[in-house]
Parts: sequence; C-alpha cells; structure tokens
Amino acid sequence: MLALEQLAIAYGRHTVVKDISFSLAEGQIGCLVGPSGCGKTTILRAIAGFEAPQSGQIRLQGQTVSCANQQLAPEQRKIGMVFQDFALFPHLTVADNISFGLKQLSKADKAAKVKQLLQLVGLPDLGERYIHQLSGGQQQRVALARALAPEPKVLLLDEPFSSLDAEFREVLARDIRKILKQLQITAVLVTHDQFEAFAMADMIGVMQHGQLQQWATPYELYHRPASRFVADFVGRGVMLPGTMLDQQRVETCLGIFRQRYLPDVQAGDQVDVLIRPDDIVHDDESAIQATVADKAFRGSHILYTLALTGGELVYCLALSHHNHAVGEQIGIRLDLDHLVLFPRTLGAVSGLN
Amino acid sequence: MLKSLLFDRWRWAVLLPALLLALPVIIIFASWLEPQTAIWRHLRQTVLADYVVNSLLLAGGTGLGALLIGTGSAWLISQYQFFGRRYLQWLLLLPLAMPAYIIAYTYTGMLDFAGPVQSQLRSWFGWSFGDYWFPEIRSLGGAILMLALVLYPYVYMLARNAFAEQSASLLEASRTLGLTPRQHFWKVALPLARPAILTGMALAMMEAFADYGTVQYFGVPTFTTGIFRTWFGMGSAQAAAQLAALLTSFVLFLLLLEKWSRRKVRYYHQGQKHSAPALRRVGPLRQLTLLALCLLPVVLGFILPAWRLLSWALANWQRTLNANFWQLVWNSFSLAAMAALLSVLLALLFAYAKRLRRDPLVRLPVQLAALGYAVPGTVIAIGVMIPLAWFDRHVDLLAEQWFGIRTGLLLSGTLAALLLAYSVRFLAVSLHGIEAGLARIKPNMDNAARSMGYSPLQVLRKVHVPLLKGSVFTALLLVFVDVLKELPATLILRPFNFNTLAVRAHELASDERLADAALPALAIVLVGLLPVILLARSTERRMQGTE
Repeated sequence: MLALEQLAIAYGRHTVVKDISFSLAEGQIGCLVGPSGCGKTTILRAIAGFEAPQSGQIRLQGQTVSCANQQLAPEQRKIGMVFQDFALFPHLTVADNISFGLKQLSKADKAAKVKQLLQLVGLPDLGERYIHQLSGGQQQRVALARALAPEPKVLLLDEPFSSLDAEFREVLARDIRKILKQLQITAVLVTHDQFEAFAMADMIGVMQHGQLQQWATPYELYHRPASRFVADFVGRGVMLPGTMLDQQRVETCLGIFRQRYLPDVQAGDQVDVLIRPDDIVHDDESAIQATVADKAFRGSHILYTLALTGGELVYCLALSHHNHAVGEQIGIRLDLDHLVLFPRTLGAVSGLN
Repeated sequence: MLKSLLFDRWRWAVLLPALLLALPVIIIFASWLEPQTAIWRHLRQTVLADYVVNSLLLAGGTGLGALLIGTGSAWLISQYQFFGRRYLQWLLLLPLAMPAYIIAYTYTGMLDFAGPVQSQLRSWFGWSFGDYWFPEIRSLGGAILMLALVLYPYVYMLARNAFAEQSASLLEASRTLGLTPRQHFWKVALPLARPAILTGMALAMMEAFADYGTVQYFGVPTFTTGIFRTWFGMGSAQAAAQLAALLTSFVLFLLLLEKWSRRKVRYYHQGQKHSAPALRRVGPLRQLTLLALCLLPVVLGFILPAWRLLSWALANWQRTLNANFWQLVWNSFSLAAMAALLSVLLALLFAYAKRLRRDPLVRLPVQLAALGYAVPGTVIAIGVMIPLAWFDRHVDLLAEQWFGIRTGLLLSGTLAALLLAYSVRFLAVSLHGIEAGLARIKPNMDNAARSMGYSPLQVLRKVHVPLLKGSVFTALLLVFVDVLKELPATLILRPFNFNTLAVRAHELASDERLADAALPALAIVLVGLLPVILLARSTERRMQGTE
C-alpha cells in the first residue's frame, strides 16, 4: 500500500534523512519514533508531498508519487493528515471543517458524511460549534474526522497527542486505533512517546540521526532491539557487563546465560547484556541478594532500583505486595526469555535509563 | 461609603479632565438640540447632497483602494521569496510619512497642464491646449487616488501580520484536503485575515472622512470643506456643528464596524503552535514581476512625491530657507512638543487611574475621552471653538459689568485652544502606547517589590520608570509627529498670525506657489519618517520571532 524505498531528503547540503525504507500493507498502522530532530516528521511530510526527496522514492498503491525528479502535488495524493497543532480552520464550524475536503459532493451528501464522521469520532452533537468552543481532545477528534472525510488511501498523524493532557492520550490513542482498524485505513504516526507508539502501532520504526535504526513490531522492538540506541530508547533497562565463555554462553554477575542472536562473538569477548525490569524476578529463595537502592510505587507493581554486590544497578518490577524498604536486602533471580547482547565498545558505557 | 465614593481622588482626577476632553464631541452632538432650519433648507437645496455623496464616495473609494493595494502587497510579501523582499516589507510603510494634502500638491505640480508630464507629452506629440484629453488630478477620483496611496499602509500592516500569523500547517491541511495554493488563499487565508483587513480599511476610511487638505485643494465639496464654508462663509457656528455631528456619526459607524469585525479576532489565533510558512520560491522573471508590483505603491506613494518635493526645495532653497522658515520650524516643533507632553501626561494619569481603580467610573470616562481619535480634526476644532468663545464672551461681559474692564479673548484664539484640540484628537495615540507599556508591568511585580521592602514611590522609580521609559518615549514621538502633520484643527484654532509648517505649506500651495510650499512640506515628511522607522523596526523584531 505504502512503500518508501531508500528515501533520502536534504535541505541544501544538509542531509536530514537517508536510506529510509519500509512498507505498510493495507490497514496497517506504522509509527516512527525517535528523539526530536531525528527526521521523523520530515519523512511524514515527504509522504504527504511537502518535502521532495533527494533520492529514493515513495510509492502509493504501486504508483510512484515522489522521486528525485518528480513530485505529485500534495492535493492530488489523496493522503489525509492530522497535524500537530490540528490546523483546524477557526473561521469555519466543525461541520464545515469536516466537509472542507469534500468539494465534489452535493450538499445533502456532505451533510450525511459529516454526520457519519461525527458519530464515528464520538462528537455527534457538535457540528455547529466553532473550533474555539471545543476542548483540546475534541479538536483532535475533529481534526481526525476532517482528515478521514475525503476517504484517503493513507492517513498521516504528526505528533497527534502532544498538545493534549497525558491522561487523555492513551484513551484517545486507543480510540483512534479502533477507528482506523474499523475503516481499514493505512496510517503512519509520528511521535516521540514510545507508549503512544505501543498503543497505536502494528509496526514501529525507531529513528536516530536521520536513519531508521529498526523497523519491527512493538514486541520485537522491546525484546530484540537491533542496536544499543533502540534498546536504550524503547523501554527501561540497564546494560550489565558480561564475558563470553564461548560463542553461546555469557557470564555475568547474575549467572551464566545462553545467547542466540549475536553471531560473531568469541570466547573472552567483553559484552553488555540488556536487562529489562521484567527480566528480574523477586525471589526470596534465591541465593543472589541485592540491596534496595530506590523504589517507585506503581500501584499494582513496585519498580525497585537494586544495587548488586558489585555495585551495578538494575531495575526490578515486583508485584505490589512484595513491599521492601530502601536499604533492605532482597533475593532476586534473572528470568531471561531472550538474551540481548551488544559487543562492548569503547564509547559505550552501561547506564541507567 | 458615599463619602469614599465622592472623595476618591483618582475618580475626580480622571473625571474632570476626561469630561473636558469629551466636551467638544458632546457640544457637537448637542448642537442638534437647536436645529437651524433655515440654513438646513438652504443646504439641502444646494450642496448637502454633494457633501454626502462626495464624502461617502471618497471614503468608500479610498477604502477600496487601500484594500486592494494593502492586501495584495501584504500577500505577496508574506508568501513569496523574491529579490528585495526584505527591504520592501518596510519600504511599503513609507507612504505613512506622507500627509495626504502634501502628496496632493506634488501630484498636482507633476500632472497639471503646466507640469512636466503634460509638457513632455505636448512636446513629443506636438499637441497644444485642447488637443488632447488628460485625466484631471483635481477631482474626486484624484483625491481618492491620493488618499489611497498614502493610507494603504494601514491595511498592509495589519494584513501582513495576519497572514504571517497563520500557521504553516493551515496551508498544508488545505492541500492534503485537495486544495491548490490559490484555492487556499480564497477559502482560508483571506477569510482568516478578513477582520484585520477590515480594521485597516476602516482606519483608512476614517482618515478619508477626516481629510480636509486634499479635498479643499482639489475643490471637491465634502463634509469637511462644507463645515468650513458654513462656518466662515455663512457665519453659522451652529449649522457647522450640526454638519460636523452628521460627519461624526458616519465615522462612529465605521468605528462600530471596526469593533464588530475585531470581535472574532482572538479566536482566529488561539495559541496554535506556530510554525511560520516557508516562503515560496519562484523563477527570476516572476521575482522581477513581484518586485515591480510591490515597488509600485512605494514609488507612487512616497519616492516620487518626496523626490519632487526635494527637487523643488533644492531649486528654491536660497529664497525659502530664511528666518521665516526657521520661525515656522520653531512654532511647529514647540507646539508639537507641548501637545505631546500634555497628551502623554494625561495618558499617564488615565492609565494609572485605570490600573489602580478597576471600576467603570474610571474606565468609562477614559473611554469617552479617547474616542476623539475617530473624530475629524475639523469637527474637534468646531467643538473646541464654540465653548471657548462662549466662555470668553461671558467672562468679558461679567468683567465689564463688575469691574469695568474688558478681558477680550482669553482662551479662543490662543495656544490653549490648540492644545485642547490636540489632546482630544491624539489622547488615544498616547494612551494606547502607555497602557500597553503598563500592561507589561504585572501587578505582582509591584507586590514582589513591596514584599522586598520598597515603598510605593520606590517601586515607581525602580520598577515602573525603567520599564515604562520606552513606551513614554514612543508615545511622545507619535503625538509629536501627528500634531506636526495636523492641518484642519490648526488652521481653525491657531492664534492670529501664528503659522506652522503644515498651515504654511497649505497656504502656499493654495496660492499655487507649489515650489515654495515644498520646503515646509518636506520638513513635515522628514519628521514623519521617524515614527515609520520606529514602526518598521518594531515589526521587524516581531517578525524575526516568527520567521
């Protein structure tokens, strides 16, 4: 449905993104995450047709819409977009905003479509309001309805929740996902918030310095990060130093583990092992003891920061009833499903995230 | 309770001067209590229709012209990247420095029968008088053209800001919804800028209604010239005041229109996160076209007339640059300085009273007093003249009865009358600046300073004075220049044989001594440049924040 092939975009001599390739099937929701300035919004704008690629191409339903020397105008792409600031037209009512892109339709058809969309986004009675009479969350829904009205092939969402209160974000993200799935719309979302990405996306791309570090499902991204940056950016975790005993086994202060994913390691190599908070299980029976350095109560869980005997800090997500005070010693066990290793490099310093 | 109400010093300190400032407008409207039926019958049979029609056409035409020039240039400047754009965006403000009556003289000098344009045409084609048709500049159309050329910056300024404030994502949203950039302009950008554009247009039309110098010089009968004629020709102050009241109601209607169109403005930029639109790039040929289009109003509205004035002044300076001229400069500057000082002091008083007493008994009188900026100078002059003359007559009468002496003219025909008129007309200018400056000093700043052990007076000196200095200076400058340019009120109220640059330029031009009028006119234009530069700099600074 939507495919980017080796896309590169430059402003003058300054390359903003390069070598971006990914594709989405019909009805799939993709998400680009990354720190600000990584070029994720630039990619979105390129798909919409506001940025011209330097090389590579963008294809929509098999048709090339952007390549180095040819650009289909944004208004001819049939791509909907929800903007970070919503960009609703303040001089028009909600209904007129939504029907803005429906130039071809008759008055009655327009009204019917508007009604249907307002129903869909859960604002059935607000058609006659002006934009300034709506709350932020309502504006967001109107912006979505407006973008969906012309029945676009692809919907783009640029930081759609950044101007909303944190508590609304998750609800709205889930609602929007439901709507998109219901309409079988292919969508690309840009955000700097990984939890939004997890809530919305089927596929997530992590970007850094204008490059796509990994394009994978949320599960894979969390449990099999392709690079240190991805491991660091997605979820919490620490890097625990280890030494390879042979090509398979790595020894750490928490024991010896088997690895499957890192191919070229030799016995004796220094590596870092990614430890997620859910990899460490609270176990009073265990021989391995750690000191509680800090704790954060999370309701059903408590996130402990534990100091190992060697001084390394790890996180541990324990059920809430395992309540221990700071300074107490507790037993822990490592429950690693998939071991993620990175070769130790000079610059890489293991640290808390 | 009643006592505190009556003896609140701030209330009286505001109420008395505010009423004094509102008096001229009140007098004008009160003149209708005694309709002058005979004169009105005469007026209606002869010239009244001309006054009404011409004034309406003048204001409407000027508004339309300002709308087209101002909105067009603002759109080009805010959308396209072209050679010279950076300079043009403030050059387009220059015509603000050119008073309409002055541009009218210069174009007459250039375009009338003996002027360089027609002479050149005759010599090229061998025509002589009566052989050809040439548009008459001294006409209603000519006056509209002159006024539009110097008043379009009101629309330009407001429209440019409105376009620049529109978030770039609005255009992008339109395009993802299937609109071309051209369709976006008509369906989104223009409707969004409409309140700002209408405001600019209303300001331009208010100036056109108030214009006296241009229409008088071009011989177009309008309300303002009619008021002069009724007073000085027919000798009826009452009827003149009634005409003035009629004119003022036209202007107040515009004021209402302006307020109404502003009503929605704050919703139109509701703190949407702003990303300035990227300027569109075009090829060199189109860049040249855009440059020419934007340069045209600057050349016609400022450069050409200013150059004409300069060349006249240079050709005649040995004759005109004499002690008389310096006397004019001194008169104008000292008068303008006094008026500026008075107006700023009043504005400070009103602004502080409004800050300290948030009640309608303070707010409403100040609003009433500030209405004067909408009222034409001619009208204010009449409104000042009538009560002062009444006062002088009665004091004179009483003094003769009681003490056997005659006091003559105490106030009318003195600088006091002029200063009162200027204060009425320009209070809003200084008040606007001072209030904006004072609004930046948050009440909690006072509280913070007080909590750190400063007395109210020390707070004033340590916090308010340094923060308010800039606004006070700007207000002084703006009023100074406005007074310097003011013509009709000065013409009516000035003391006998007291001339200013504006009055002298007008008199010389009316005597067809255009070349001699050039030096005082040029002086006015040069001084008029100061606030334009100030304005250009402050908008540039603001634009840099967004671009």
